[in-house]
Amino acid sequence: MRLDTRFKWLPTPIRSLLLFVVWLLLNNSVSTGHIVLAIILAIVIPLATNPFRTKQPLVLKPMLALRHLMLVLYDIVTANLEVAILILGPTKKLTPGFVKVPLDLTHSMPITILASTVSLTPGTVSAEVYPWRECFTEGEKPEQRFLLIHVLNLTDEEALINTIKQRYEAPLKEIFQC
Amino acid sequence: MLETVILIVFAMIGLSLILNLWRLLIGPSVPDRILALDTMYINSIALIILYGMNMGTGLYFEAALLIAMLGFVSTVAVCKYLLRGDIIE
Amino acid sequence: MIEWIISILLLIGGTFVLIGSIGLVKMPDFFMRLHGPTKATTLGMASLLTAAMIFFSTTQDGLSLKEILISIFLLLTAPISAYMMIKSAIHHKLDSIERTKGKDKIEDDV
Repeated sequence: MRLDTRFKWLPTPIRSLLLFVVWLLLNNSVSTGHIVLAIILAIVIPLATNPFRTKQPLVLKPMLALRHLMLVLYDIVTANLEVAILILGPTKKLTPGFVKVPLDLTHSMPITILASTVSLTPGTVSAEVYPWRECFTEGEKPEQRFLLIHVLNLTDEEALINTIKQRYEAPLKEIFQC
Repeated sequence: MLETVILIVFAMIGLSLILNLWRLLIGPSVPDRILALDTMYINSIALIILYGMNMGTGLYFEAALLIAMLGFVSTVAVCKYLLRGDIIE
Repeated sequence: MIEWIISILLLIGGTFVLIGSIGLVKMPDFFMRLHGPTKATTLGMASLLTAAMIFFSTTQDGLSLKEILISIFLLLTAPISAYMMIKSAIHHKLDSIERTKGKDKIEDDV
């Protein structure tokens, strides 16, 4: 896990690219004036907001991140169909439940991404992280954390935990190298 | 044909707005009402986008984007108020 | 042909938004109600906005990609607002229905 970028004048390259693209999309044009304005905004805004930012881990494997994003998008569609069928079916047969997933991730940023993925994908909503600590100090041994999730129709707890750990957590660990 | 489909989808989203309003009125607890309000924000974005398609102008896009942002921020602010009794600590 | 694609996407989107709201009304407790709006409505909105994107790209001159911004924004913010709501529900100690498994896993927050 690495926290610092190589470039001083471009603290967050991906966010700068995002700002550039969003500005062009908002104006819906690729004229020269808008491109120049977008470049200026993409450089100035990250420089101005950099002192407020806490250091976040870098994406070290961009290709794997892209593949993981595609997998998550595909899972969102299939999981939505499942949830739609569950909602339209009889309510009495559903067995909801809370499940605690032990996490291997330690930093709060990968945990946030994992929690959001879990919320959007397979019939689950992430509820809480135990024990909750907002700051991450370097050199300190991180403790074991748990993610509490609520499941709409709980059939096999072990299988669900295994799916979440292998399908969503393992790629994140590899992407951030932590 | 597209006009008919747009009308049908208008009816669907109107119906879901009525269902959300029903939950907002009866909802036994405060988080229920927040959830209903949040869903109403999202459904009204859909309504505005559909109205723009019906009129054939892209002018309503900015309104939809603003409602999306304000809806998210207000949901988070109200939840924060429920959690802490204060929005900005 | 393009009209057909737009119509089908619109109908799928409307159906998912409606299913989300049906889930909001039908489910017996708050934690189950949360599933409908966070998932079904998000996918429904993504589908509707894709339809709007194709519609404006074909009827007006020039490509219109800005609708995708709203989809991305909704996709990013839906889990966060769901998380805030479920956190406030746990904080207020809302009751979940009888047959919920693993209620004891909820810890008291500070």
